[in-house]
Amino acid sequence: MTVTSTTNQHTLTVRGLKPYYGKRLAVRPVDLKIEANKITAIIGPSGCGKSTVLRCFNRMHETVLNARVEGEVLLDEDNIYAPDVDPMLVRRKIGMVFQQPIALRTRSIFENVAIGLRLSGMTNQHQIAERVEASLRSAVLWDEVKDKLNQAGSALSGGQQQRLSIARTIAVMPDIILFDEPCSALDPISTLKIEELLVELRREYTIVIVTHNMQQAARISDNTAVFMVDTDDGQPTGVLVEYNPTAQVFTNPQDPRTEDYISGRIG
Amino acid sequence: MSLKTSTLPNYTSRKLVDRLMRGCVFIATGLAIVPLLLIIGYVVIIGGGALNWQFFTDVYQPPMTAETMDSMFGAPGAEPGAIDPNDPFANLDLGALTGGTADAGATPVPGQEGAPTAEEKGADILEAEARGGVLHAIVGTLLVTSLAVLIAMPIGILAGVFLSEYPANPVATTVRFACDVLSGAPSIIVGVTAYILIVNAQGADGRPLGFSGIAGAIALTFLMVPTITRTTEEVLKLVPEATREAALAMGATTWYSTFTAVVPAALSGIVTGVMLAFARGAGETAPLIMTVLGSNVLVTSLFQPISALPLITYRYTESPFPSENTLAWGSAFVLMMLVLFVNIAVRIATRNRLKGR
Repeated sequence: MTVTSTTNQHTLTVRGLKPYYGKRLAVRPVDLKIEANKITAIIGPSGCGKSTVLRCFNRMHETVLNARVEGEVLLDEDNIYAPDVDPMLVRRKIGMVFQQPIALRTRSIFENVAIGLRLSGMTNQHQIAERVEASLRSAVLWDEVKDKLNQAGSALSGGQQQRLSIARTIAVMPDIILFDEPCSALDPISTLKIEELLVELRREYTIVIVTHNMQQAARISDNTAVFMVDTDDGQPTGVLVEYNPTAQVFTNPQDPRTEDYISGRIG
Repeated sequence: MSLKTSTLPNYTSRKLVDRLMRGCVFIATGLAIVPLLLIIGYVVIIGGGALNWQFFTDVYQPPMTAETMDSMFGAPGAEPGAIDPNDPFANLDLGALTGGTADAGATPVPGQEGAPTAEEKGADILEAEARGGVLHAIVGTLLVTSLAVLIAMPIGILAGVFLSEYPANPVATTVRFACDVLSGAPSIIVGVTAYILIVNAQGADGRPLGFSGIAGAIALTFLMVPTITRTTEEVLKLVPEATREAALAMGATTWYSTFTAVVPAALSGIVTGVMLAFARGAGETAPLIMTVLGSNVLVTSLFQPISALPLITYRYTESPFPSENTLAWGSAFVLMMLVLFVNIAVRIATRNRLKGR
């Protein structure tokens, strides 16, 4: 599964993205370009809108009541906010892994991974079984669960459930995978495993990860976007202060606020 | 400073108030379970004693056999026990059963001088052993309540899904309010409504549709739907938002996310709601009086007046014959056990199905 493919190179271009909650602008207009087959980390203090921005990348933001988005997000060339785009299809191309590991409670481990395949209309049992195995192998979970594929997914440990969520996401072969603080509910050992997995997945997927752990961003990411909280009209509003290669952000930050944040003076 | 006692000015009074309040709480809790213990105790002891094999296999029998009637009135040709199965009202009027004579015997009015023989023989009736059973009522309750659950379940569950997944719109707000009002509505009102809308409605032939099991089932549906709707809504709200998002992020439609991820996660709660509704429906009496009327023969058609356990509990409790009072206790016991049994059965059936594998 982990064969480097040159055709699977997908970028995200964000232009003037403005996420709203009701009338309130959550983050000032964001412009950035997510590079193909790189890990892009989004860091910043709580409430700076980093998760909100991430959720705009696969149209999950609008599932929140009264939330809406202005601006453009281009997957390669196509604007995912074009009026005739179906959000469901966007979410299949741009997968997402959440903070809380989600093992669908009433489904077996196998079905937890197969659900996406069935959703996309795959009916051949043999094909599904193959793809489930490949995905579980990619998520480095296969050896731990191959003997108990029919057990409930919720019987796994937190770290295993998170890898199960990743397997479920990669089973449908998305172009881009978004991670929303995937390790913040996990212990250090499980975190390490997920980080190793992310670096491995980078060969095939473009990855965006929101993390509140600066060391994690420094360890695994290629580029880092730093968000900060500012105040507009008395309301806290997120703002993108810096977007540069990770090495530069952590050794030679361009913005004084970034320096304050990574050196622990704020946030 | 001592740790065993204190000289603080309010020390003693604080300790006293604490003891007093604790005592009040204990007493109130004790009083709260007294009615429960009384009800269960009476029903189990008296009702349980009324049970025998015939109780479950036989339908209603008048308190007197034809033989005692013959010996009383010397009318060998009379067949008072024969019931026309097509006339469900045949045995409803217990007074008519013995041609009015039983009235004098069964409920002797002070000052009214009955013939000595009648008094004597009336005593036979009062001492008669309980006869017959309540099979007709068990069958009636199962039929009517099951039909009501079958109608109410899809309506209630789907409405609950709507309320929980699309919570903030005028329709949802109205329905939620209506459910709350309806679930607190006195059931006799529901019965009257069903009576006017269904029993009293004109059929195709211009005559009223009349009392029927179906009318009873629909009346019970009125009572069950709010319970199921609100319980479903509440348990679906407990499912973490992350479960919905996980399914949505897979590219699922809202419908798919709801019915493959959210509803299964809340299934046991939804089943509990349906069980509550079943228990409520099975125990309702007032709507049934107005809709199914009751019957003393075994009826399996839902288009006719039909009997039900709470109905016969009510009617036989009112009856002057002790043997029928015994039947009332027995049917109360059976009703209680029926609800309990269905409850346990469904819980076992819906226990986490993946656990055992």
